[in-house]
Amino acid sequence: MTRTNVMNGALILPGKANAEIGPLFVSDDRIDTVGRADPHGETLDATDLIVAPGIIDLGVFATDKPAFRFGGITRAALMPDQSPAHDDPATIRFAGRKGKPDFWVHPLAAATKGLDGQHMAEIALMKEAGARGVATGRHWIADSGIMLRLMRYCEMLDLPLFVHSEDAGLTGSAVATSGANATLLGLASASAAAEMLSIQRDLVLAEESGVHIHFRQVTTARGLDLIRVAKAKGVRVTCGITPAHLFLSDTALTGFRTFARLSPPLRSEDDRLACIAAIADGTIDVLSSGHDPRGPEDKRLPFADAAPGMAGAETLLALSLNLVRDGHISMGRMFELLATTPGRILGVNAGEIAEGMEADLIFIDPETPWQVDSDKMAAMAGNTPFDKLPVQGRVRKMMKGGRIL
Amino acid sequence: MTSLQTASSDRFPAGSAAFPHKHLLGIAGMQPWEIAFVLQEAEQWVALNRSGAAKHDDRLRGLTIINAFFENSTRTLLSFEIAGKRLGADVVNMHAAQSSTKKGETLIDTAMTLNAMRADAIVIRHNSSGAVNLISEKVDCPVLNAGDGTHEHPTQALLDALTIKRRKGRVDGLIVTICGDILHSRVARSNMLCLTALGAQVRVVAPPALMPVGVDLFGVQPFHHFDEALHGSDVVMMLRLQNERMQGDFIPSPREFFHLYGLDARRLALAKPDALVMHPGPMNRGVEIASHIADDLERSAITEQVEMGVAVRMACLDILTRKARGVEGWA
Repeated sequence: MTRTNVMNGALILPGKANAEIGPLFVSDDRIDTVGRADPHGETLDATDLIVAPGIIDLGVFATDKPAFRFGGITRAALMPDQSPAHDDPATIRFAGRKGKPDFWVHPLAAATKGLDGQHMAEIALMKEAGARGVATGRHWIADSGIMLRLMRYCEMLDLPLFVHSEDAGLTGSAVATSGANATLLGLASASAAAEMLSIQRDLVLAEESGVHIHFRQVTTARGLDLIRVAKAKGVRVTCGITPAHLFLSDTALTGFRTFARLSPPLRSEDDRLACIAAIADGTIDVLSSGHDPRGPEDKRLPFADAAPGMAGAETLLALSLNLVRDGHISMGRMFELLATTPGRILGVNAGEIAEGMEADLIFIDPETPWQVDSDKMAAMAGNTPFDKLPVQGRVRKMMKGGRIL
Repeated sequence: MTSLQTASSDRFPAGSAAFPHKHLLGIAGMQPWEIAFVLQEAEQWVALNRSGAAKHDDRLRGLTIINAFFENSTRTLLSFEIAGKRLGADVVNMHAAQSSTKKGETLIDTAMTLNAMRADAIVIRHNSSGAVNLISEKVDCPVLNAGDGTHEHPTQALLDALTIKRRKGRVDGLIVTICGDILHSRVARSNMLCLTALGAQVRVVAPPALMPVGVDLFGVQPFHHFDEALHGSDVVMMLRLQNERMQGDFIPSPREFFHLYGLDARRLALAKPDALVMHPGPMNRGVEIASHIADDLERSAITEQVEMGVAVRMACLDILTRKARGVEGWA
């Protein structure tokens, strides 16, 4: 039996805007007591460090342990967009074991077989194999009838449904958002209304079915407006975003930079500012990395031929801290977005520092300056759209299930 | 983003290089005086090309130029080949249909291969926007963009500007109307940038589905009705419908398209009496342009555009290889 007293750290506690210095007693894999040390415990000194819940990254495309370690991510929900797609119990069971013990993967079940958008996968069996959510992957389910049946099924099984919000009829083969930048570069583009259209339909169906719907990435002003209205009406809806859509607009495509080829694509500056506002007013519930490491064979191609996606795990925390530094949210709120809410959506006993919770902790020095460098990343590939950006905030230590890593 | 339009001026600022670019990737990024410099350089090649039997200049002797065409082309490829050969270079053509790109080699590997063969200039056409920029980052020699996807086709814009300038005596202040499939046209993009940089007032005409978003930021005026746009035009430039780049229906039929956007005698009468008709080719007679207009040598500059194409490409090949050839003032 291990007994550890975390001493002198600034604790991120539920409902508190700012970190508060105090002791924390961890017994075995659980947080035993907050605010009081155990006389028999060993001491772990956390002076000058913030002690926060480990990040729960809601929606990654690869199990990339070195990158998660660097980024302070202790758990991640793995998207079913794998090769082959995670659409049966065996792959779900296997994926769930991959990172243990120091890192936990919560695989999301593919909503349809092979993510084809047409035939429902064996969701109940995948739930028994460990799936804590269902996802449509990087695809939109075009058939509203299938979508409604899928939602009802997920509601019955009490599983959240993660959806991708782009009306595929409108996006077609587009690789950028319509606007002067896409026109200047001669890239196939689609109206940002594609997001709003798909969100509107899915909200209507979600309300009818009663499912908990999670829009993994909402990136436009009009999409966020719809979510605001639905939340006010009491629809079970949450939504997320990645730092890319908060800090970059479609001007980042200049020079055909394929690291900025994302799905959904980067938006206009007006939409970007609307996303920041939605972080500040609480419309957006989750910050995640969308981690999708892609090597040169996927990225050193003409823009339209390159695969979408970015390596985001390492930069998630440091970029999120910019939101605190700029005064949009408090430190406490930031960890609700990074850990608490994702933990609740997945239904895991983690994501906040409270008695009885799994002892998944990260120890952060929020001021340490460093530079994002695509050539020196811990991830499987360095496809970051934030290359060469100076940032602040570094994870110094990690604890997973009471064990120091 | 603010307006992309550059102030109209072909005056050369003191102290700057005549053409400081290593590659010719697009009109975007070129200054008005640099465009004017290329056009001025091309004049000597127009004269040479018209001089009769001995249309030859040996300044590129010993240099190897590779025309790497990943997309089919007849006139542009031929034009670049003739341009290189008239300047004495060894010109090699690579057709994608016969190349290892069909065997799965990546574009970068193909570029590295061409680079290893020590080409002195590479001319590239590719069906993907930005592909030429990508190759230019990986090779040591100058790269000339002969058309990339729906991005740019800079030598076409330069030859169009030269044609207009020679026929009209100027570009500055003219009203140029470009009509057709603006959305899928790299020619339209390069021409919008080039002609506005040279001071022309550019109008673009297309149905909404074929009009790119944000086109007004190029400093051009968008129109949906051809007749409106034609009033007072000095130049009417027709574009081809790029059916190969369209997915799904953009227009109901060629017949209806010609009805709304085809250039016939009635429409042409709406423009200025001496309005010049242009087309980058290949033409679809009866779809975007009536045959008798295309063939009217008084009004149509279509064959002259082809002629200017060779001269402009000779100028570009000459200018871009000056540094490597150690030409005084360029080394």
